[in-house]
Amino acid sequence: MAQAPALPAGFELPLEARLPRIGAVDAVALEERAASLAKRSIKREAKVWALLLAIRTTDLTTLEGADTPGKAAALASKARRPDPSDASVPPVAAVCVYPNLVPAVRERLAGSDVKVAAVATGFPSGQYPTAVKLADVRSALELGADEIDMVIDRGAFLSGRYAKVYDEVAQVKEACGGAHLKVILETGELGTYDNVRRATLLAIAAGADFVKTSTGKIAPAATLPVALCMLEAIRDVYEETGRRVGFKAAGGIRQAKQAVQHLVLVHETLGPEWLTPELYRLGASSLVNDVLMQLRKERTGAYQSPDYFTLD
Amino acid sequence: MGGGFGERARLQVPAPRSDLSEPEPVVSELDKPKRDLEVPGDWTYASAPESRDIVRIAERYGHFVGGEWLEPAETYETIAPRDEEPLAAVGQGTRADVDCAVAAARAAYADGWSSLSGSERAKYLFRIARLLQERSREFAVLESLNGGKPIKESRDVDLPLAAAHFFYYAGWADKLEYAFPNRRPRPVGVAGQIIPWNFPLLMLAWKVAPALACGNTVVLKPAETTPLSALLFCDVLRQAELPPGVVNIVTGDGRTGAALVEHDGVDKIAFTGSTEVGKGIQRRLAGSGKRLTLELGGKAANIVFDDAALDQAVEGIVNGIYFNQGHVCCAGSRLFVQESIYEPLVAKLQRRLSTLRVGDPLDKNTDIGAINSAAQLEKIRELVASGEQEGAEIYQPPCTLPEKGYWFAPTVFTNVAQSYRIAQEEIFGPVLSVLTFRTPEEAIEKANNTPYGLSAGVWTEKGSRILWMAQRLRAGVVWANTYNRFDPSSPFGGYKESGFGREGGRHGLEPYLEFDR
Amino acid sequence: MTRLPVRKTYKLYIGGAFPRSESGRTYEAEGQNVARASRKDVRDAVRAARAAQPGWAAATAYNRGQVLYRLAEMVEARAAEFAGLCSGREEVEGAIDRIVWYAGWADKLAQVLGGSNPVAGPYFNFTVPESTGVVAVLAPEAPPLLGLVTRLLPPLVGGNAVVAVVSEARPLAAVELAEAIATSDVPGGVVNVLTGFAAELGPWLASHMDVNAIDLCGADGDAAELERLAAENVKRVVHGAADAQSPWEVGAFLELKTVWHPIGR
Repeated sequence: MAQAPALPAGFELPLEARLPRIGAVDAVALEERAASLAKRSIKREAKVWALLLAIRTTDLTTLEGADTPGKAAALASKARRPDPSDASVPPVAAVCVYPNLVPAVRERLAGSDVKVAAVATGFPSGQYPTAVKLADVRSALELGADEIDMVIDRGAFLSGRYAKVYDEVAQVKEACGGAHLKVILETGELGTYDNVRRATLLAIAAGADFVKTSTGKIAPAATLPVALCMLEAIRDVYEETGRRVGFKAAGGIRQAKQAVQHLVLVHETLGPEWLTPELYRLGASSLVNDVLMQLRKERTGAYQSPDYFTLD
Repeated sequence: MGGGFGERARLQVPAPRSDLSEPEPVVSELDKPKRDLEVPGDWTYASAPESRDIVRIAERYGHFVGGEWLEPAETYETIAPRDEEPLAAVGQGTRADVDCAVAAARAAYADGWSSLSGSERAKYLFRIARLLQERSREFAVLESLNGGKPIKESRDVDLPLAAAHFFYYAGWADKLEYAFPNRRPRPVGVAGQIIPWNFPLLMLAWKVAPALACGNTVVLKPAETTPLSALLFCDVLRQAELPPGVVNIVTGDGRTGAALVEHDGVDKIAFTGSTEVGKGIQRRLAGSGKRLTLELGGKAANIVFDDAALDQAVEGIVNGIYFNQGHVCCAGSRLFVQESIYEPLVAKLQRRLSTLRVGDPLDKNTDIGAINSAAQLEKIRELVASGEQEGAEIYQPPCTLPEKGYWFAPTVFTNVAQSYRIAQEEIFGPVLSVLTFRTPEEAIEKANNTPYGLSAGVWTEKGSRILWMAQRLRAGVVWANTYNRFDPSSPFGGYKESGFGREGGRHGLEPYLEFDR
Repeated sequence: MTRLPVRKTYKLYIGGAFPRSESGRTYEAEGQNVARASRKDVRDAVRAARAAQPGWAAATAYNRGQVLYRLAEMVEARAAEFAGLCSGREEVEGAIDRIVWYAGWADKLAQVLGGSNPVAGPYFNFTVPESTGVVAVLAPEAPPLLGLVTRLLPPLVGGNAVVAVVSEARPLAAVELAEAIATSDVPGGVVNVLTGFAAELGPWLASHMDVNAIDLCGADGDAAELERLAAENVKRVVHGAADAQSPWEVGAFLELKTVWHPIGR
C-alpha cells in the first residue's frame, strides 16, 4: 500500500477508501458564475498584463504520434523566444512532450529557465497496469524531465475504486522524487462536476503538486466551469490546511480571449498569489501565436494576421 | 381566436430594420498615438466604460398623452445618482395632466383598442418586444445612468426581461379563451399604473404588457427619480405605430400618483412600491369598486442547510442581496445559516465580498452601482446605524467609494437577533443580516415570522427537503438552489403585507380582465 | 430588347440545404420543373430531422417562439411573391397571422397542457408536455400556402422536427416557404420540405421506423393503408384538418411526462 505524503493537520481523511470530504456542486449555479466572470472586460494595460502572464505560464505542448526530434526542438526554440521581434515577450514556463522527445527538447532549452514536462503513466488513456505506469514515469525522469504530467485511472474512478486511484497517484508521487507532479483528471470523462470536485480532492490528498483538467485529446476539456470547480476545491484545501496546490488548464484553449478569461477565474477565486508559473499553467500549443497577435495589436493599434507569426 | 380572413385593417408584421441608426462616433485605433503600454505590477482591471453616446437625452420632456407630447406646467430635474449630474427636466404631473391622460386613455379604449381583434393587439405587442430588443443597448445605458444600476445588469437582465415580457404577453392577446375557459374574459377598461425606481423599464413592461394584451389602455406614472427610460419608451411606441392614447405616460412624484389613484375615470390601479404607500392606496380605494393589485415590500429569508453546495450557495446569497444594490423587493435580506456550517459559510461569504466591485454604473466591470437617491441612502445609513447600536457585528470589505453621488459598501451583519430592526424592517440596500437555525422546523418558523411574504430561498441538495420547505414557506416565490430568477411565464407576487395579485404567467392576465364568473 | 430573366430552380429542402432529388428526377408543376423526391430523399430527410430535433427541443420555449415569429417576419417581407404562388394576398396574410398565432403558444403550452397534480400522498407530482420527436406531415393539396402552414406549425412549435410532403399540384409556394424558413434562424434539419408525388412518398414515411408521428391530412384515399403501415412502430397518427387552429393541434404531437418526488424533511 502506498504511503501518502505527510499532510498538514486538518486534512484528515476517513479510513475506508481515502475519499476526501466532498460536498456537492450545483451545475447550473457553477456555470452561471463562470459565465459571469467571463464577462469581465479586460482592456489596455490590464489586458497586456494578462497576455504576458499567459505566455509566462504556458506549457507549450506537442503530443502527437508523429512528433519527431526536429519538431520538438523547433517547439523548444519557440518556447525560449516566443516572439523574436519583441524582446519584452517572456519565455514560456515549460515545454510538454512525450518521453521520447525529452532529450531533444532538453538540448534546445539548455541555458534557459524553461522547464521540460513529460506526460507519463500511459498517457492519455491510463489503461495500463500500475507497474507499467511507474516504469513510464521513471524512464521519463531518466530522460531528463523536470515535471511529470500523469493521468488518473478513470476506469477505476468511474467504477468506484477510489482507493486504487489514490494509491496510484501516491506511488507516482513517490517515484517522482523531487520532480514536480501534475495530475490530469480528464474532466471530460468524469461526467459531473461533483465527480470533478471529488477527483480533485482525491488527487491533492494523494500528493499532487498541480491538478490538471485534461489530456487535450478529447472534448470537452478545460471549460471555464470545470476550471472554476477545480479552483474552488483548491481554495478549500488552502483554507483548511494552508497548502497551496497549483492548477493547470489544458485542452481547447486556443484564443487569447479564453486565456484571459481563465486568468480572471483564478484572480477572483484564488487571488493574485496564484498568478505565477509556480502555481498556474496553461497547457496549449496554438494559443501562443494568438496571444502574440493580441499583444502586437495592443502595441500597434491594428488587427494582425497570422502570416506574421512563426509556426513552429 | 384570431387570424383568418376578413378582418379589418390587418397589422403588418414589419420586416426587421436593416438601416443603421445614427452611427456611434468611433475614433480609429490607427488615429490614436502609438503607445508603450505601462504594465502594472499587479492586476488591476482597467476601466471599461460603456459609451453613453448611444442614447440621446433631451433637455426637457413633457407628458406623453394621446400620442403627443404635452407641455408640462411644472418641471423638476432628474439626475444621475452616480455623480448627481442633472440629466433632464421632466414634468411634475398635475391633476389636470392626469385628467388629460385618463381622458385620452378612455377615448382610445372606446374608440377601438378594446374591440380590436386580439391578433391585431398581439402584433403591436410583438412589435414593441422586437423594438426593445433592437434598441436594447440604448435603453440599458439610459437605465444605468438615470437609476444607478450596473450596466452589466441593465444590459443582461433588465432589457432582455423587458422585451421578453412584451413577447410573452403578446402571445396571450388572442388566446384569452384558453387561459380562462368558459369565463368570457374581457378588458377592464383604463388601468392606472404606478411603478418604482428599482427596475424602471422592467416594471413598466410588467405593467403595460399584460394590460394591453387584455385590451385595456393605460396611464402609467414612472417613479419620481427614474422617469427617463419610460419617456424613451414613448419613442418605441411611436415606431411601433401604437394607436394614440393606448399608453399614456405622466411623470411626477407621489402627488401625481395620488391624483391617478383617486381619478374616477380609472377602472383599475396597479401599484408596485413600499408597503406603507400600498396600504394608503388600499385605504383610499376602499368602497370605490376599483380593481387593485399591490406588489409591495419584503424581508425574504434565504435559508442555507449544511448539505448545500456551498460555493454556489454563496453566489446565490450574494446575488440575493447585492444584485441591484439590494434595491429589490424580493431581496434575500435575512440569511439563515444552519449552525453546523455557520463558520465556513460566513468565511466564504466575507471573502467573496472582497471581490465585489463598487463603482461607476457605466463601467462594464462594476458589480455594485450607485444608490438610487439621497433619500434612500439616508434610510440605509439610518438602519445600518441601528444595527450597530442594537449590538450586531458589522462587516464591510475595504472599498473606495466615489466622492460625488450616492454610494454604500456591501455590508454583512452577524450576531443578529430576530427582533433587531435590521432583521425586521426592509432596508432596500446592500445590507445582509445573518441569523442561525438548527432544524428545518426552526427555519420555517423564523422565516415566516414576519408580516411580509414575498419570497424565500432554500439551499440544500436534498430534493424532498426543497419540496417540504417550499410547501411550508409563506411566500409567493420560493427559489431553491437559486435566487432572483425571473421569467415572464412565472407568476410573481406576495403573501400577506407583501401585496396581492400576481404578475407574470397566465395568472398575470387575471387582474386585467373582467369575467362572467 | 426585353431583358431575359434568370429562372429559379425548384429544389428540395433537407438539413438546411437545397439539394436536388438524389434520383435526379423532376416533374412539371405550375409550368416549372420541380424536384421529384424519392424514397432515398425521404431517408435523408428523416436522418436530418432526427439529428436536428434534440437541439430544437432543448431550446427554450421563448427561443422557439422568437424563431417562429421571425419566420412570420420573413414571410411578410416576401408577401408579394407568395401572393403570386397561392390564391392571393388574403391567403398569405392568413398564413402569416397563423404563424404568429402559433409562435405565441411556444412559451404557454406547458401552462395549458400541463400542471401539478394533487396526488393523495406526500409527493410533489407534475406533468410536462414534451416533443414526440420526428413528425411526418402530408400537407393538404390546397390551399397551397395556408394548408402547409396550418399543418407545419403545430409540430414545430412543440419542439418536433418535421419532414413534410407538400402539395403535388401546387408546390411552388412550399418551396418559397422553405426559402423563408432557411432565412429565419430555424436550425437546419428542423424542417424538411419534399416536393414530389405524395402517393409515392407517403408509404415510405408511414413505414419509417424512426418517425414518431404522422399527420395524414393530405393522404386522401391512402389513409387506411398508411395507418396500417404506421402501426409497425406505434406511430402517433394524426388526422390533421386543413384549417384548424388550436393548442390541441400542438398537443397531438406532444408526449406527457409525469414526475413524482417525495416531500419530506
